[in-house]
Amino acid sequence: MENILEVKDLNISFHTFSGEVQAIRGVNFELKKGETLAIVGESGSGKSVTTKAIMRLLPPQNSEIKSGEILFDGKDLAHLSEKKMQKVRGKDISLIFQDPMTSLNPTIKVGKQIMEPIIKHQNASKSEAKKRTLELLSMVGIPNPEQRFEQYPHQFSGGMRQRVVIAIALACNPKVLIADEPTTALDVTIQAQILELMKELQKKIDTSIIFITHDLGVVANVADRVAVMYAGKIVEIGTVDEIFYNPQHPYTWGLISSMPSLDSTEEELYAIPGTPPNLLHPPVGDAFAPRNEYAMQIDLEEQPPMFKVSDTHYAATWLLHPDAPKVEPPAAVAKRMKQFQAGQEGQ
Amino acid sequence: MAEREKLLEIKNLKQYFNVGKPNMVKAIDGISFDIYKGETLGLVGESGCGKSTTGRTIIRLYNATDGEVIFDGENVHGTKNRKQLKDFNRKMQMIFQDPYASLNPRLKVMDIIAEGIDIHGLAKTPKERAERVYSLLETVGLNREHANRYPHEFSGGQRQRIGIARALAVKPEFIIADEPISALDVSIQAQVVNLLKKLQIEHGLTYLFIAHDLSMVKYISDRIGVMYFGKLVELAPSDDLYSNPIHPYTQSLLSAIPLPDPESERIRKRIIYNPNIHNYSENDDVKMREVRPGHFVNCSEKEVKQYQQLYKQ
Repeated sequence: MENILEVKDLNISFHTFSGEVQAIRGVNFELKKGETLAIVGESGSGKSVTTKAIMRLLPPQNSEIKSGEILFDGKDLAHLSEKKMQKVRGKDISLIFQDPMTSLNPTIKVGKQIMEPIIKHQNASKSEAKKRTLELLSMVGIPNPEQRFEQYPHQFSGGMRQRVVIAIALACNPKVLIADEPTTALDVTIQAQILELMKELQKKIDTSIIFITHDLGVVANVADRVAVMYAGKIVEIGTVDEIFYNPQHPYTWGLISSMPSLDSTEEELYAIPGTPPNLLHPPVGDAFAPRNEYAMQIDLEEQPPMFKVSDTHYAATWLLHPDAPKVEPPAAVAKRMKQFQAGQEGQ
Repeated sequence: MAEREKLLEIKNLKQYFNVGKPNMVKAIDGISFDIYKGETLGLVGESGCGKSTTGRTIIRLYNATDGEVIFDGENVHGTKNRKQLKDFNRKMQMIFQDPYASLNPRLKVMDIIAEGIDIHGLAKTPKERAERVYSLLETVGLNREHANRYPHEFSGGQRQRIGIARALAVKPEFIIADEPISALDVSIQAQVVNLLKKLQIEHGLTYLFIAHDLSMVKYISDRIGVMYFGKLVELAPSDDLYSNPIHPYTQSLLSAIPLPDPESERIRKRIIYNPNIHNYSENDDVKMREVRPGHFVNCSEKEVKQYQQLYKQ
């Protein structure tokens, strides 16, 4: 499948009073046409910074793209002028923010906020834009679009507001949609509705989605491929089945085993010990080594490269080096792997 | 189960806001349940269903509109003199949702944790006070050097540990944890939940655990109550609730949780709850009924029979 977006060796730093924070340290990935790529990781792992860099929304005063390319449509977004970038934002690439309570302007009617990108990017007249807006409102499942058009954000519930935000993001049929924790602030039942809506709309307008979340349940639901980020790097990337049923990186193991499943009966939950490193002074070797019970001497000395597991599956851990000792993953992960292998052989 | 000692009894509790005004809200509309000594009762529901209000009314942060909360044989609400109130406040403590907002940024960790110790006069000398704070910090997995720092120097998970240490400082019997892990990262959530479980065993605590993350609630709770629009609709032992949800709202809630398993996600069907399906008439007596031992459902007399039939299959 063709790549629509390619991020190559991206490095981003923030300049703070205490020094340079290396938030993104060499991120590589590509987004294919029509797929959903989920990026998971803890807060501070750099998932939001990556997507803000793609949109060039990082504050220019203290952030800097040190090196790397963001290739989209033959252009390098990392070095595009602000004026040209404005033609990309909201038209080719659009963003859904986490909190629907703060991402809409409270003093402007909802209809006008949806019309804005249509008028701006498609040179539509007001009446055309209004027609399109009403279509969008009913497409995202908001009843009585005519009446809702004239209302203000505070008259909408959280789930309905997130639908409005989605309508704005989809107004110009973007090629790439970035959803930054779009359901984290919502209830489970509303979350399920929004996820269903996003999947349905993706089929309809054939857009690619980058979905950022820390909820592995949501990932399993929406993603085609998954990238796991830790301390400013992608530590493992693969198809959703590969990540959930054949994970290779100890951090992914930790994430998967620390989620209680609904049928689990274990007495104690697996918890990854410690906290993520401070990226003011990133560790020399593998950033996860201090929290990793499988860490070897080399993990403290040298950063592991991406090892290939399959054509679609890569992981950055020295455990995959041919000279590394064989280790047994945690019980919960081993059980998943076994079930999956059994399932594959059955097919 | 019947012989187990009740620590807390809640009888027909009601909490209305803006009483007498046109915008009156019935946040809690007559709920009753018991919490036994040493157990964890989970309370789940959508935002706005009244689960946090229930916790806050139990600890007397709000004055209940109607109903009774009986803790250890005594009514929580109603007039009390200073000594009684102080005594009650010591036995019941709360852990809040947002570890960034619930710690005073201008106090050192030592003084945050020792506030309760000072109020209740639990330490006689400054040395004893410090010793207690140190031991509390170690109990929750921090170390004694942390006592002289300010909250902003800590991560979210560490702050929540400070909040837990503060709650434990006065040796409570009952702790209300209001979404204690919602603001934390997945890998940190597991650490805090394990800590809460460990402390429960070591100190014989009873928890009311309020949350909307159902898989975590199931993991930590012995029994779970499901709330919907200010009413309790189902109350059952946690395994029973997950394997045999009876009330249609509970079924819909459970069917909406995405599981970290792509195979099952592909075939998951969501059940949508429509409150009209009950079709209650005026003279239907809708209340909590025991469908089977320990499993209560809010329903009418007719429905109870249906549910029991379903259960047998």
